[in-house]
Amino acid sequence: MSLFDHVLSLGDNALILGQQLSALTGHGPVLEEDIATANIALDLVGEARLWLSLAGEIEGAGRSEDDLAFLRDEIDFRNVLLVEQPNGDFADTMARQFLFDAWHEALLAALCASADPRIAGIAGKCRKEALYHLSHSAGWVIRLGDGTAFSHDRMQQAVRNLWPYTGELFEADAGGTALIGANAGDIRPLWRQRVADTLARAALEVPADRWMQGGGRRGIHSEHMGRLLAEMQHIPRSHPGARW
Amino acid sequence: MTAVVDVLGWLDAVKDPEIPVLSIIDLGIVRAVRQDEGQVTVVITPTYTGCPAMGVIAQDISDTLRAHGVNEARIEIALAPAWTTDWMTERGREALRAYGIAPPVAGTCGALPASVACPRCGSARTGLISRFGSTACKALYRCDDCREPFDHFKCH
Repeated sequence: MSLFDHVLSLGDNALILGQQLSALTGHGPVLEEDIATANIALDLVGEARLWLSLAGEIEGAGRSEDDLAFLRDEIDFRNVLLVEQPNGDFADTMARQFLFDAWHEALLAALCASADPRIAGIAGKCRKEALYHLSHSAGWVIRLGDGTAFSHDRMQQAVRNLWPYTGELFEADAGGTALIGANAGDIRPLWRQRVADTLARAALEVPADRWMQGGGRRGIHSEHMGRLLAEMQHIPRSHPGARW
Repeated sequence: MTAVVDVLGWLDAVKDPEIPVLSIIDLGIVRAVRQDEGQVTVVITPTYTGCPAMGVIAQDISDTLRAHGVNEARIEIALAPAWTTDWMTERGREALRAYGIAPPVAGTCGALPASVACPRCGSARTGLISRFGSTACKALYRCDDCREPFDHFKCH
């Protein structure tokens, strides 16, 4: 993976998850959660803007953050499959968020040590926000997992369903290693520890590592991605150059 | 010739559009003012990456400087070092409290305090309702004594 692809991948993860959470605005289970998911979406879209602007700068072909967000096709997106999995019920949304946040914060912390000051700067800024996302999503995993028998089963099922998408988070490549001066796999122990601790507090089982899905970072996406992009890109593609 | 100290004074009149009692100086987002050969550069650092107020603030800075006759103003965004609520002034913290928002508590970044003093009655018997309040920078608390809900500006 080139540096461009790698920075694109950081931006795409934040953009796609931000887009997913935005779809919940006005549909949260309670008012406070509606506001919380909208706020987290805002943080993630803000993060995506920084990474995509930097990716455009690295590429040097004059593409802006908006060009990269709205005018690329599915095969050119570099996000992991986890973030494009559907919102589902609230347990699905929060399980996806927690598995992502536990990784995202650890990755940003590692990127703070990047030799590239632009990357370290963005990571340092976004890491502070990611910490709040993590405490929020971990809180819901515990509350639902250790709640009623019904909420427990729903959360356990959500974690089980999403587990095959967690392996891709740690796929190592030379580009990523050059970025953070360490292997992507190096943050796996911290992620595992966080996930194991939170699931234990939630009275949930850590699923066994079986077959892991992959491909998102190479542009091979799940069936959800096409519809998501259609919704996200439809206006700028149908009305090029349109402004509010 | 524009003096840097004058510019800082003018910028104190630029308020956070979402918290109008707080100037951008109080908020600690103005990191530097430079002036070279007639051009004034104001370096600001964003609070939250997705904060919609940042665009409005940049526009307000340009407008304010123009009103004082500075037509060649440049706004530079610096991401590092990342903005922290430690840069908020004491005056800003007091203004927040008087406005009904509990100011940030140092050392609680990433993990919210179980209780923060109620900005209305001062009681410590308060509890967290939601980690995310009316904006990303705030959390929602409730006072068990005066029974009012209130915003808390999170440590960042």
